[in-house]
Amino acid sequence: MLIRIGDRYTVFRHELLENGLSLLVCHEMDVLVIGINHKTAPVEIREKMSFSGEELGRSLRKVLEHPGFTEDMILSTCNRVEIYVTTQDPERDIVALKNFLAEYHGVSLDEFEKSLYVHLGSGAIRHIFRVASSLDSMVVGEPQILGQIKEAHNIAARHNTLGIILNKLLHKSFHVAKRVRTETRIGSSAVSISYAAVELAKKIFGTLEGKAVMLLGAGEMAELAAKHLVAAGAQRVAVVSRTYQRAVDLAMDFNGEAVEFDGFHERLEGVDIVISSTGAPHYIVHPENVLGVIRARKNKPMFFIDIAVPRDIDPRVNEIENVYLYDIDDLQEVVDANRDRRAREARRAEEIVEEEVLTFCNWYTSLDLVPTIVSLKEKFEEIRKRELSKALSSLARITEKERESLEALTSAIVKKILHDPITFLKSPDLNTNTTEYVDAVRKLFRLDAEGGGRAKRKGGDEGS
Amino acid sequence: MNIWFFKITVVLYLLGTLKYLLFIILLRELLAKIGLLSLFAGFFLHAIAFILRYLEAGHTPITNLHESLSFFAWTIIGVYLAFYWRYRIKVLGPFIATLALILMIPAMVLPKEILPLAPVLRSYWLPIHVVFAFLGNAFFALAFCTGIMYILQEHQVKSKHIGAISRRLPSLGMLDEINYRALTFGFPLLTIGIITGSLWAQYAWGSYWSWDPKETWSLITWCLYAALLHQRLTVGWRGRKAAIMAILGFFAILFTFLGVNLLLPGLHAYSNW
Repeated sequence: MLIRIGDRYTVFRHELLENGLSLLVCHEMDVLVIGINHKTAPVEIREKMSFSGEELGRSLRKVLEHPGFTEDMILSTCNRVEIYVTTQDPERDIVALKNFLAEYHGVSLDEFEKSLYVHLGSGAIRHIFRVASSLDSMVVGEPQILGQIKEAHNIAARHNTLGIILNKLLHKSFHVAKRVRTETRIGSSAVSISYAAVELAKKIFGTLEGKAVMLLGAGEMAELAAKHLVAAGAQRVAVVSRTYQRAVDLAMDFNGEAVEFDGFHERLEGVDIVISSTGAPHYIVHPENVLGVIRARKNKPMFFIDIAVPRDIDPRVNEIENVYLYDIDDLQEVVDANRDRRAREARRAEEIVEEEVLTFCNWYTSLDLVPTIVSLKEKFEEIRKRELSKALSSLARITEKERESLEALTSAIVKKILHDPITFLKSPDLNTNTTEYVDAVRKLFRLDAEGGGRAKRKGGDEGS
Repeated sequence: MNIWFFKITVVLYLLGTLKYLLFIILLRELLAKIGLLSLFAGFFLHAIAFILRYLEAGHTPITNLHESLSFFAWTIIGVYLAFYWRYRIKVLGPFIATLALILMIPAMVLPKEILPLAPVLRSYWLPIHVVFAFLGNAFFALAFCTGIMYILQEHQVKSKHIGAISRRLPSLGMLDEINYRALTFGFPLLTIGIITGSLWAQYAWGSYWSWDPKETWSLITWCLYAALLHQRLTVGWRGRKAAIMAILGFFAILFTFLGVNLLLPGLHAYSNW
């Protein structure tokens, strides 16, 4: 399956289509993610596979019981279940994780195996960046997922299951999500009817602080819109219903006031936003009514949201100055336009993700043992040569023989100094912990001379 | 020396305008920041230019068209910066900056020499009258810009095509509020400008009011704004009608300021330019 040269994976892009693996394998240590989400599995499977919050710590430790795993994180939300680990032997570890999932949840592998996706190396990095930026969400651009990843990170950090790679990967993914949020407008427009109504209300009134809302009739969507309006600052909710008791019940939810259906016209004057969703077969609000109301209000603007079908409010109401009327189709149009826009913004977000995958891969390639040993040796050799030539230039008369022995002396010193650390790094007992030592060595000897400073600064940004 | 500062000011206003226009297209916060900083720096240097010119001339340097245009632009930028400090509306920047730049370009082309002051203008009333009149005008310029923005935004919301323009503009409520605020500041200032002018006229020409074109048009402008303010306060005029009135009012100001000088001869035409 994987092409190997010697004992290492080659830098080679694989598209292993038969099991959906997309790989850019180039490391001794790779990030591996295995999981299911709302696109690959129905809710019946997702709920069986999910990890509950309390037992997450135990689950995290359980994964680490398998040989070969040194760090892990589990992300379990209602839309996805994913396990992140680092691996040195993907073939073995993919199987191990699958078995872990089956055993842990007491579900047979056949039941969920075809819903599983596996990403390795840069594929896994790209995956978490996309998930964190909400590009992989059910509603692209919804921001909850970032909070959920942060929570998963906290739990893993509390249980000490994060190593240097996953920790850095997660912090980087927060950074990517932040970049996507600020550089694209992926989450800036409403993609549901009720949010679109709130957005429009803000367009009209500016702030909703202190605005009065009237619910004419009560449907689920009208209630939802009213809830969003209240959350955005609206106050004083009046509920009108043909059955008075229903109005009273609903008014309790909003800390509002119930109004008799027959009297609602008189109350319109004090209302800024009307959400109408009665079952009336004909219009119940006419331009004449609104004209009178708006005059009494001294032209203070009004916003009518008519989500009833058939409509409750005569469309001509929209022609009145300082009055705005949106029916369900108008709102749907706004939502559709916003969806298109989000899709366009998502493409820009993908570019940002690609860029970040590349930078992360650069860092993470540097954690490989062999290149580190090579650059360590190069650095020492360079110092030796520089210092030697300085010394030689100050020694006036010196024979060829003396020169050679100086060369030999300095080389021997360097070699002796480096012998122990290199033997240590290569020692087999280190095996799973290599990356942390490699990272330490790179920092101790400043092997990322020009990249080091920048990486440090970026780290600071992410922390804040 | 003052000309040198003036020219740098033009460059800064140009930079501010370009950055702000780019900002409104690309919506990058950084561009708006640079735009604001450019205007701020421009405003500062512009002030220095005026002080230097005042010292060189020995009288308030608002006596010819170059100076008036330049001073008008300066007050507009100043009023914008004050409103920005209060309302933090970045999208107003491109409109205001463009307007100021449009005033600065002819000011740059027009003759800039300092000429001896006509005897009739030698008076303490000169700075008082002009500063009040122009400050009032600057507030009306702000009302004009928010009026245009209101019309654009209102059209989008009313016609239910919430497009790119709508997303970039502030809410109708906010625009109407700024429009109203600008009016409540501008109107008293214009009124004081006209009264001080009239007192000065009495002092200089022996008559409070002589119906020369500038005076007549000032009165027309004043009546327009008075009507708007009255309607707002009593009937609750707001929104589109108020925005249209603010736009018309500003055209009246421009005509009073420029049209009268260029087209109609009268007492206020002191220099050819």
